[in-house]
Amino acid sequence: MSARDVVITGIGLVSSLGEGADAHWQKLSAPGPEPVMDGERFAPYTIHPLPGIDWSRQIAKRGDQRQMETWQRLGTYVAGLALADAGIRDNEELCATMDMVVAAGGGERDVAVDSDILAASEQRDDFDVLLNEKLTTELRPTLFLAQLSNLLAGNISIVHKVTGSSRTFMGEEGAGISAIETAAARIRSGQSTHMLVGGAFQTEHPDMLLGYELAGYLHRGDWKPVWQRQGAEGGGVVSGSGGAFLVLESREHAEKRGQRIYATLGPVSCGRARRDKGELDSAITRLLDATDLPANGFLTISGASGAHKATETEKAAFDAKDNVALRAFSTLTGHLKEAQFPFAVALAALAVSNRASYPAFEANEKPFEGPLKSVLATTIGYHHFEGMALVSALD
Amino acid sequence: MTKFTDHLGRPVVAVTGIGVVTSLGVGKKDNWQALTAGKSGIHPITRFPVDHLNTRIAGTVDFLASSPKGASALTYELAETAAEEAVAEAGLAIDDFGGPLFLASPPVELDWHDRLALYKNGGDKPAPERLLEVARNLNSLEMFDSSQFATIADRLADRFGATGLPVTLSTACASGATAIQLGVEAIRRGEARRALSIGADGSATAEALIRFSLLSALSTSNDAPEKASKPFSKDRDGFVLAEGSAALVLESLEAATARGATVLGIIRGCGEKADDFHRTRSKPDGSPAIAAVRAALADAGLGEDGIDYVNAHGTSTPENDKMEHLSLSTVFGEHINRIPVSSNKSMIGHTLSAAGAIEAAFSIMTMREGVIPPTINYDNPDPAITFDVVPNVKREAEVRTVLSNSFGFGGQNTCLVMAREPV
Repeated sequence: MSARDVVITGIGLVSSLGEGADAHWQKLSAPGPEPVMDGERFAPYTIHPLPGIDWSRQIAKRGDQRQMETWQRLGTYVAGLALADAGIRDNEELCATMDMVVAAGGGERDVAVDSDILAASEQRDDFDVLLNEKLTTELRPTLFLAQLSNLLAGNISIVHKVTGSSRTFMGEEGAGISAIETAAARIRSGQSTHMLVGGAFQTEHPDMLLGYELAGYLHRGDWKPVWQRQGAEGGGVVSGSGGAFLVLESREHAEKRGQRIYATLGPVSCGRARRDKGELDSAITRLLDATDLPANGFLTISGASGAHKATETEKAAFDAKDNVALRAFSTLTGHLKEAQFPFAVALAALAVSNRASYPAFEANEKPFEGPLKSVLATTIGYHHFEGMALVSALD
Repeated sequence: MTKFTDHLGRPVVAVTGIGVVTSLGVGKKDNWQALTAGKSGIHPITRFPVDHLNTRIAGTVDFLASSPKGASALTYELAETAAEEAVAEAGLAIDDFGGPLFLASPPVELDWHDRLALYKNGGDKPAPERLLEVARNLNSLEMFDSSQFATIADRLADRFGATGLPVTLSTACASGATAIQLGVEAIRRGEARRALSIGADGSATAEALIRFSLLSALSTSNDAPEKASKPFSKDRDGFVLAEGSAALVLESLEAATARGATVLGIIRGCGEKADDFHRTRSKPDGSPAIAAVRAALADAGLGEDGIDYVNAHGTSTPENDKMEHLSLSTVFGEHINRIPVSSNKSMIGHTLSAAGAIEAAFSIMTMREGVIPPTINYDNPDPAITFDVVPNVKREAEVRTVLSNSFGFGGQNTCLVMAREPV
């Protein structure tokens, strides 16, 4: 135990299941949770859509809401939930000294403008000129900012006044893993006392599906739970809209201000297996070996995406261990890309702090009756990068 | 005996390798020669048609094999080229770097020509469905790779043998400086003995140009491209979009000394502060930029009298140069009158995600060579900006310390303090 242990003091969550840390705990800890899905809007793909959100609850000014596309609005909203949960929202001094790492992809392009350009290209053979003509006249000037990667962090600064520092990491699930890894390392080394870290993903846009489907990663046909998609039509990923932000603090900082602590966050083990050389299996084993795992079995909140190869490899690595129960939350939320690892860590922290397991999210998952002092959170990227961290109860 | 820890007891971080590519050329030698000769790399755009565009000039890098191949391919080649030079100079194995990689690069998007190719190969359906249908039947990962944010860093990690999970980051126009800061922090924490920090930006596409144009951020001085970027001038009318890259091999001074590496410079301090005022404008009192400069000085253990030269962000936009003047005047008080402040962007334009890294590289060369590159196109001084901008002609000077500023959209402010020698 050290003054610089990294503790989780705030959790903000949004997914198709609802919003808020407690709402997610209630839904996911009750037996037989049902996913919320939409199989029609983007058929043949199923997605897990955003729940109804009253944006003004976390983003007071309509003007601010209008400056963002849905992805940025969602991230800013979820960040607000985390700050409120940690008792930091509206605390000017704590926000002004708070450091932030956001895991971000890109925001939404204007589908109408893009479609219009493509349609017009059928009558023209000067595509580059057409592009200039259309983009200069049809693009909304502020759209660039409303979709720019680092402007999710920028909007969090503007709306919630988090201004200690602001960094944005990019790179699918790896961005979320590195974001938490660096944030925790900065606290552990004394480079920071309190941090806001997380990400959001808004899948309800054809380009967001295209990001997976250019490599055929999306699951098609009837929906199935994460572990049951091998051999089904498509690539195994069902995506969802949602986000997860955490407030991380040094133990000393949290205790001094008398803040409730959900759990401590151990070091994040992460890496880059060269999967084309078949290294993923050994890489997962190495990450497990680098983590101080409980000897007599543990619960694992898995960020498995359903992507056939990565998911199968992750499952095999864990099946080889005794008394490990996996809970793949993407069965219920869909794959949240950059937010995947922050979401996994958040669910692990909720289990630890409630000293209770989640029931199986699908028939293939084993029940877990073992100790809940420590819960593992994993994210094995659908295409590359992997990481995991142990989340433990306060001593 | 050299002291290996700084004023806060942290490992001193040295630079042992530098690589640069800008519109002025490939490599430190060509770049330095052009930069100190006051040569501009800004030229008319030839990569794509400029019909309907208000701005028809840029500092594009047109001489690499990937220059016509889209933002993702060019950004990779820019990063790789700079890193090859840096790693070679550091005397390390080119494929076994043995430390983490931090890459500042622009957000990626599917190239328009790829989007068009998908569309043309599809059946009679609305564009979004058509693209998805063609996408899932592609037999190549090429388009997929170019659309993943992690691809460039993943390839670089393979190429140079970087360890761990490579970080790709964006803090807009401060990204290059943030990449260096992340490397410095990793070494200070003792996680790594060395780190490879790269800033690369090959994203000067028509759409990128149009986006900045729609925000009224770009110069429209199309008739005299080499004169368009005019930081601190009264008639400055926006920045000039540009491409480029720089790579720095960062190493704990102790490790560098132990292996007998040449120390090119020291990254002495990093400071940052986010602005909550507006998405593109700075807080009118300049307080976030002021705080970032002060944080960098404090991190470096230097006072207001500790800086010999400022490598300005100096974008040539009305807003930036005014705010930079306000912040530096506030921090340095009367000292600012004796500190030369010049802008590399007057010659290379604004290289966006790469700018902070390129300008850090040039800052270290400034100290090593004892020559300050000028601010060119300073023909019509803004009387409200009282800097000694090293107008138009390089200047010989003993420079022991440099402050390099990077400010970006989204309230990003990052400053680096570099020194010629360890303390």
